[in-house]
Amino acid sequence: MTNPAHAPALVELKAVNKHYGPLHVLQEINLQVAKGEVLVVIGPSGSGKSTLCRTINRLETIDNGSITIDGKELPKEGKQLANLRADVGMVFQSFNLFAHKTILENVTLGPIKVKGMSKSDADKLAMGLLERVGVGHQAAKLPAQLSGGQQQRVAIARALAMKPKVMLFDEPTSALDPEMINEVLDVMVELAKEGMTMVVVTHEMGFARKAADRVIFMADGQIVEEATPQEFFTNPQTPRAKDFLSKILTN
Amino acid sequence: MNVLIDNSDLFLTGFKNTGILFVISAFFALILGTIVAGMRVSPAPAMRAAGTFYVNFVRNTPLTLILAFFALGYPKLGLPNISFMTAAIIGLSLYTATYVSEAIRSGINTVSVGQSEAARAIGLPFMQTLSLIVLPQAFRSVVPPLFSVFIALLKNTTVAAGFSVFEAGSIRAYLSERGEPLLPGLLWVALIFVVLVLGILTPLQRYLEKKWRVAR
Ligand SMILES: Nc1ncnc2c1ncn2[C@@H]1O[C@H](COP(=O)(O)OP(=O)(O)OP(=O)(O)O)[C@@H](O)[C@H]1O
Ligand SMILES: [Mg+2]
Repeated sequence: MTNPAHAPALVELKAVNKHYGPLHVLQEINLQVAKGEVLVVIGPSGSGKSTLCRTINRLETIDNGSITIDGKELPKEGKQLANLRADVGMVFQSFNLFAHKTILENVTLGPIKVKGMSKSDADKLAMGLLERVGVGHQAAKLPAQLSGGQQQRVAIARALAMKPKVMLFDEPTSALDPEMINEVLDVMVELAKEGMTMVVVTHEMGFARKAADRVIFMADGQIVEEATPQEFFTNPQTPRAKDFLSKILTN
Repeated sequence: MNVLIDNSDLFLTGFKNTGILFVISAFFALILGTIVAGMRVSPAPAMRAAGTFYVNFVRNTPLTLILAFFALGYPKLGLPNISFMTAAIIGLSLYTATYVSEAIRSGINTVSVGQSEAARAIGLPFMQTLSLIVLPQAFRSVVPPLFSVFIALLKNTTVAAGFSVFEAGSIRAYLSERGEPLLPGLLWVALIFVVLVLGILTPLQRYLEKKWRVAR
């Protein structure tokens, strides 16, 4: 996998600040994600992980600082923002599949409406992706008819259909029953192996060890620690990280 | 029964015009109300403000005043002439659209924000997020309140009688001109309204509710 030092940053945050009222959720965040890098974001509840993730495709606005994707500053709104969002795939904790559309339509909607792809090309692309994540035979069903693990794999296929440059995952397995976690993580590990650039908020240490190039640990809106998974899990430097790890290890 | 049969011409024309007023006004109110609901959830503050102003202003004005404006005030503005019927349709549409908008906005609020976030995340702009993802889901929960709005519209069409539109609400006045007994005439009008609501609107509502419930 790519060494961040040598590749140009695909995602770059410079001195990013964000408040929710008096709460300073993101404090002077500086972060670079290289092309092909898999970054795992870890930290206690309320530390700002989701907010960080969501600022990268501007589902949340920032107060100041700058965010660039592939060298381009995030547009403020309108058509350019929509176009840029198409380059940034996002997978949510609660799947958020379009409830009134079939599995196939969930995946073809973006390519057809945003990229102007023909329906038959989009169907072909979508079926390929659905096969790849192992839910091809469910294509005609509605989301509610699938298990959580299947829905999340469809959500990954939906994001991939836009051929994004980077994929954001916000706790993609924390709403799943334990027996379904691995089927989703397996798909993500595959993606990582194929060189997808990924930012993954997760507490799944197995995934971090297997697939991550780098782990950042967030607490109270700051990046407190940054290390390889190996270093971070075996030898955390800060008391906050030590304390946090001891808690998730005993669970 | 005699009142009805002897004056079937009055009843037929009256209810025909009521039907025209209702169907056309309901159509435009639905379209305009959907647009205004969209404005009220738009990310652009100016759109939101305009939508809110329209709803608050028109909804809090008595329908009689709105119709009076189009029937009596509008012709004095030197704009192209419109018939009383057209004036009544415009007034009823503008007025009913505010209620449609509020019903649809409440429906939009029942669709989880995750749906529109996912739509925005794949690069759909606001208009498509609204029309492809949010509204189709919002309409499902909006059928019952929307039908209340349309039933109110059906009854509101009678207000147009006061402004020279001959419809069901005017039948009474013409009956008294013909020296017919008033009470039976009024009862017939009321009865036909009930039949229209129970016989057409309510079954349509039930049909739509059932159809969209299965699709969920
Ligand atoms: N829309 C909002 N309005 C106000 N406060 C918010 C909003 N969203 C998040 N917050 C607050 O911002 C802080 C950071 O939230 P965030 O969701 O980023 O945390 P997180 O690290 O993802 O936590 P978790 O592990 O629980 O998902 C929390 O204190 C949260 O209550
Ligand atoms: Mg979170």
